[in-house]
Amino acid sequence: MKAKGTVLKYGDNVDTDVIIPARYLNSFDAKELASHAMVDIDPTFTQRLKPGDIMVAGKNFGCGSSREHAPLALKTAGVSCVIAQSFARIFYRNSLNIGFAILECPEAAKDIDEGDQVEVDFDAGVIKNLTKDKKYQAQPFPEFLQKMIQANGLVNYVNQKREGKL
Amino acid sequence: MSMTMTQKILADHAGLKEVSAGQLIEAKLDVVMANDITGPMALPIFKQMADHVFDKDKVVLVPDHFTPNKDMKSAENSKAIREFSREQCLTHYMEQGKCGVEHAILPEQGIVVAGECIIGADSHTCTYGALGAFSTGVGTTDIATGMATGELWFKVPSAIKFVLKGELQPYVSGKDVILHIIGRIGVDGALYKSMEFTGDGVASLTMDDRFTICNMAIEAGAKNGIFPVDEITREYMQKHSKKVYKEYQADEDAEYDEVIEIDLSKITPTVAFPHLPGNAHTMEEINESEKIYIDQVVIGSCTNGRLSDLRKAAQILKGKKVADTVRVMVIPATQKIFVECIREGLAEIFVEAGCAFNTPSCGPCMGGHMGVMAKGEKCVSTTNRNFVGRMGDTEALIYLASPEVAAASAIAGYIADPRKAGN
Repeated sequence: MKAKGTVLKYGDNVDTDVIIPARYLNSFDAKELASHAMVDIDPTFTQRLKPGDIMVAGKNFGCGSSREHAPLALKTAGVSCVIAQSFARIFYRNSLNIGFAILECPEAAKDIDEGDQVEVDFDAGVIKNLTKDKKYQAQPFPEFLQKMIQANGLVNYVNQKREGKL
Repeated sequence: MSMTMTQKILADHAGLKEVSAGQLIEAKLDVVMANDITGPMALPIFKQMADHVFDKDKVVLVPDHFTPNKDMKSAENSKAIREFSREQCLTHYMEQGKCGVEHAILPEQGIVVAGECIIGADSHTCTYGALGAFSTGVGTTDIATGMATGELWFKVPSAIKFVLKGELQPYVSGKDVILHIIGRIGVDGALYKSMEFTGDGVASLTMDDRFTICNMAIEAGAKNGIFPVDEITREYMQKHSKKVYKEYQADEDAEYDEVIEIDLSKITPTVAFPHLPGNAHTMEEINESEKIYIDQVVIGSCTNGRLSDLRKAAQILKGKKVADTVRVMVIPATQKIFVECIREGLAEIFVEAGCAFNTPSCGPCMGGHMGVMAKGEKCVSTTNRNFVGRMGDTEALIYLASPEVAAASAIAGYIADPRKAGN
């Protein structure tokens, strides 16, 4: 699995209340949620974002509420991947569970700037900064999570396991 | 091999003799809970995996966030989980007017007890760690999986040990303790970890203090917060629950990433300023600075809407009037607390003082309803988050505090010291 796109960069502690404010949580329609993604800290986000673009952020990305609406909104808006110094744990779980690509890589998260062109190879955990001509190695996922990602999320993983395919 | 308290609970629920930090396990679940925001979204995902819940006594649905329903979409969402609960014959469907806010009602009705492995599709599910259970917040796909299979994957956490010493001073409570701790370690200070509370100081903390402390473990990034089981816990569980519980103790030589000593007697009223729960300021610092005038006060939520919280607020508000420039929302967390407020005369104190006394709901905590704020407004709130836009406009400011600070501030019209409130 690979991704390539332009970077939109954010700071530390981007919380789920700004990724998708609670006032929009009376719906779980993915497209509707996506149309409000990041509105409270970056009102131009949905206009600027091109499909495949990559978000890069600091520490504790996705902190706060357990709302799965947050990774779903970003995924549906067209974000191909989030690279951060660290992720809040529920956001981390939710992303993997719905097959949304995230990578923890402090070096890349610090070094990559807004507007950089970045290419990501998820299987190898390699992040290439095409603008700066640099390469970073993200932490690989444990085997269990790789299996789940390959199954395209938790639901398929559970069903395949029940059918004895895993 | 030695284990932390959390690790022992997880090992037992995974059918393993021992586990260590970082290990991925699949554990059996004792309680699986969702609300009116996360529950409806889980239903179509659940249906991809199963026709029936794994155990009708162990799946709990609580419409509490946008209830009483604030608009038609919310009403549809509540309807979806109500119908699902009937279809699946769930034992615990927590209807409005009969129950209350999820993290207050589950302990109160004895649905959660010590030694259990609990997930909830709400980040503050970590509250039940106060009872000596492993309890953590998860998302929608996780909860749907839990509902269908009764199992879930976990990465075994490492832990930070908090050794509590001494006793709290008057007008200082669990909220000040947890705001102090988050201020010290930061909003990602316990990321992916357990926060295990131990030490002689534990005995001086009430159950409500412990619920408040564990409730906000997530605000330090923690996977769970947990207290050892003692006489206070046992007494609470015997009063509220008929379930069989199991007590776990951390091994004496268990490994911790860090050991932090907290002298409870040195903690003073503490306020987290916008826009992070870790942005803690002591009342001493606040008293020395320019007054922070406020427009609203919220007393309630899964963090501080319990009976002892409302008693403390009422004690300060008794015979006083809320400042002309301030509106106050008092929201008991459950129906039982609500009626107890009436019986004890707290409701009258609040209403006479000029507070709105509301039906149990998460209400304004996450900007849903019952006290959403306009641009530039400031609020002292006993809730758990002060993120940008959390309670309404992105330019509204939320100051997190204890019920004591909230009540004193309601009278003063600015963030005020409860120790000087004259009671």
